[in-house]
Amino acid sequence: MIDFRIHQRDNEDVIVIELKGYLDAHTAPDLETAFQKLMTENKFNIVVNCRDLSYISSAGLGVFMAYVEDVRKNKGDIKLTNMSPKVYNVFDLLGFPILYEIFKDEQEAIIRFHETKK
Amino acid sequence: MQTQALHRSKIILSRTDYLLEVREFVGEAARTFGFSEEDVANIVLAVDEACTNIIKHAYQYATDKEIEVSILPKNRSFEIRIFDSGKSFDPSTIRQPNLKEHIGHRKRGGLGVYMMKKLMDRVEYNFHQGKRNEVRLIKYLSNASTIAQR
Repeated sequence: MIDFRIHQRDNEDVIVIELKGYLDAHTAPDLETAFQKLMTENKFNIVVNCRDLSYISSAGLGVFMAYVEDVRKNKGDIKLTNMSPKVYNVFDLLGFPILYEIFKDEQEAIIRFHETKK
Repeated sequence: MQTQALHRSKIILSRTDYLLEVREFVGEAARTFGFSEEDVANIVLAVDEACTNIIKHAYQYATDKEIEVSILPKNRSFEIRIFDSGKSFDPSTIRQPNLKEHIGHRKRGGLGVYMMKKLMDRVEYNFHQGKRNEVRLIKYLSNASTIAQR
């Protein structure tokens, strides 16, 4: 059974990462690899679409924490979108909404990237 | 509540690919006990965090060790006891994480312990060097959950 999947879409200058399934200590290294690849490719405008993310634990949250500083140093950002209430509650528990921009919809996050560029 | 029937335990190997199985095991028991879906999600996450900590810190990723997860429902209390025989640690050294400190520093320790405390009504540790370590996670069934169950 595949319990976690990452699908990447390049939307002009913004990269959209779609997460599907369960993001826990077992699957977090896959997300880490994906972020590592984006860093080496100098892709720093990242939208993480959580529409199909069913579950997240602190191991998954740790990946976002590990990369956001590098991304911001390079004038990019990690913006999170389309979370179910269940997944949002976990992000909220650790205070993510204060330090990360979270949008209801992927398109809003992409527009925000374009606005900040102007 | 079928309290007696709900007493059960499971032993898994100290591998992260067993986390899904543990979550399903605990989630089903919590749901049967009468918790709301929100409470079930919180209990499942707390157990995941406890087992992940054991795999990472107590067993330091050794994959051939055992973790025992026991569920003890009693009246309105749903208790999960998690045992390991790895390295002990002092939970009092874990303070509330500062997200800003964690960012960028790959400092990830402590998040799980903090989350467990937030997600459950009580978290207790019994650590004995050279013997089995035990984490007890306790959640009480609220009146709201009981009404929803009827």
